[in-house]
Amino acid sequence: MAEAAIPRSRALAREERRRRLGPFGVLTHLALLVWTVLVVVPIAWTFLASVKSEDEIFGDAWSLPAALRLDNWARAWDQAHIGQYMINSVVVVAFGVFGTMLFGSMAAYVLARYRFVGNRAIYLLFVSGLAFPVYLALTPLFFVVQNMGTLPVVGPFIGLNTHAGLVLVYIAYSLPFTVFFLAAFFRTLPGAVAEAAFVDGASHTRVFFQIMLPMARPGIVSVTIFNVLGQWNQYQLPLVLLNSDRSKWVLTQGIADISTAAGYDADWSALFAALSMAILPMLVVYTIFQSQIQKGLTAGALK
Amino acid sequence: MNHGRLRFVTGFLAVPVALYLIYVIAPYAQAFYIALTDWRGVTASPAFVGLENFRRLFADDVFWTAVGHNLLLLILMPLLTVGIALFFAFLLNAGGRGGAAGVWGSKFYRVVFFFPQVLAVAVVAVLFQQVFRPDRSGMLNAPLIALGFEPVGFLSDTGVALWSILGVLVWQAVGFYVVLFSAGIASIPRDLFEAAAIDGAGGAQLFFRITLPLLWDTIQVGWVYLGIAALDVFAVVWVMTAEHGGPDHSTTVMAAEIYRTAFQYFKFGYASAMGVVLFFFTIGFAALALRLSRRERIEF
Repeated sequence: MAEAAIPRSRALAREERRRRLGPFGVLTHLALLVWTVLVVVPIAWTFLASVKSEDEIFGDAWSLPAALRLDNWARAWDQAHIGQYMINSVVVVAFGVFGTMLFGSMAAYVLARYRFVGNRAIYLLFVSGLAFPVYLALTPLFFVVQNMGTLPVVGPFIGLNTHAGLVLVYIAYSLPFTVFFLAAFFRTLPGAVAEAAFVDGASHTRVFFQIMLPMARPGIVSVTIFNVLGQWNQYQLPLVLLNSDRSKWVLTQGIADISTAAGYDADWSALFAALSMAILPMLVVYTIFQSQIQKGLTAGALK
Repeated sequence: MNHGRLRFVTGFLAVPVALYLIYVIAPYAQAFYIALTDWRGVTASPAFVGLENFRRLFADDVFWTAVGHNLLLLILMPLLTVGIALFFAFLLNAGGRGGAAGVWGSKFYRVVFFFPQVLAVAVVAVLFQQVFRPDRSGMLNAPLIALGFEPVGFLSDTGVALWSILGVLVWQAVGFYVVLFSAGIASIPRDLFEAAAIDGAGGAQLFFRITLPLLWDTIQVGWVYLGIAALDVFAVVWVMTAEHGGPDHSTTVMAAEIYRTAFQYFKFGYASAMGVVLFFFTIGFAALALRLSRRERIEF
């Protein structure tokens, strides 16, 4: 009897473990479902409230709307200018991320693959920016941008309350992470292809744009996602730099402002519609690109 | 060739370095000097006052209240976020025994948990402002009132408001770290778990003896990120709370005080002094965290 119990096979042991996992497995899913509910319910509740009437919003929070008030969405889009703010955000982020990726990858490439005097110093200068809290720079930054606005010719385009001015600031503040991440990436790329191209007479610029940049694609994609989300969600910088011209505001400013203004104007249903409008595009984009987004955002922490 | 090379290097670096010097380095450098002046909105020519701003800052109760809140968040936000995220990451990967696939539906859970991370903090703040409403129109208070309890003043009770802030911060951050730690657990060789399980290790032992030590580097990185995020909290407080940090300064943080002092009171010198203090807190925390958590790296 005892002898039969000793030579248990691995398969048997595994089988037994799986059986033991039974109640444990149920508890696992229970715990996971609790957090799923915590994440989904506030968001779903917001979408539901966005089609409620004013009275329903002030009534019981868990009641269902009697009719779908889609005019809330129309009011939020037009009267609360969410449409305008969203377009502003798209414009700023499009130019901001394009500029960040162009200049960031150029700097990272040169710093990663060329030896010259001052290379290390410039690299450290960029990377040190990762450690500084942006709040320290806010006041002087405000005056730097204001002074840029007094420059001849270009001044009116890049001063306070201009989108181009904000774009330049976004690019500058996105450079530390972009350069840090991409320089590490460019260093891992093999040099053989580039050398062959040099032998064939290609210029440095051409090798960068036609060979090295395409080879660095996975890294570029990750950092692009990181920067799109970072710049799209930025609130502090536009609050300081676009403060006095409402028509220039970006989406985060618009949403935050309705919530403080709603106390007086009291268009609560439009507030919920505006919130939903800000969440919806993120939901769609995230559903489509979720695995790239997860990889892109966590890649920085794993380096 | 060499001439072209130098021109290429200079050409590629010129714009990014210029932008960075103008918009990042110059403001930071100026901030340290402005902190030593009495510059206010009205003063055309700020005068050098030495450490006067810092002397006043030491007696500024509101600022130290803000510092206290930041320190509380600095301790609790990483602790809760990392703790909850580790717990879920462990469950999702069946303690690592599931290999890269994880438990049934683990991909779905990861996708849902991660979503708050892609939302703007300002949007999340407005959303929870509604969730936390003090009457039966609030998502959380409605069931409390229905069950006969007193409604909780999530944002209006000075003893509760900061905990509401903490809750929102953790709510948004957990998913990111679940995904990060899951990736870490999935990369631990399965043999280690198999061997330990055959030797009779239970779930808790697997977690503390294998998962946790092998995940230490990733946890350390997460800890530093979260700590710096806790020192930089701004949008949640500024957008969600009454009086931007209220009621009665019960939720205010350093970043909110800096912004208020600079752009509502126009005391630029004094605000910069606050910024310098925040700067040293950040540097100090990063140095301390890296020092304390340094231990032998386990290769696998």
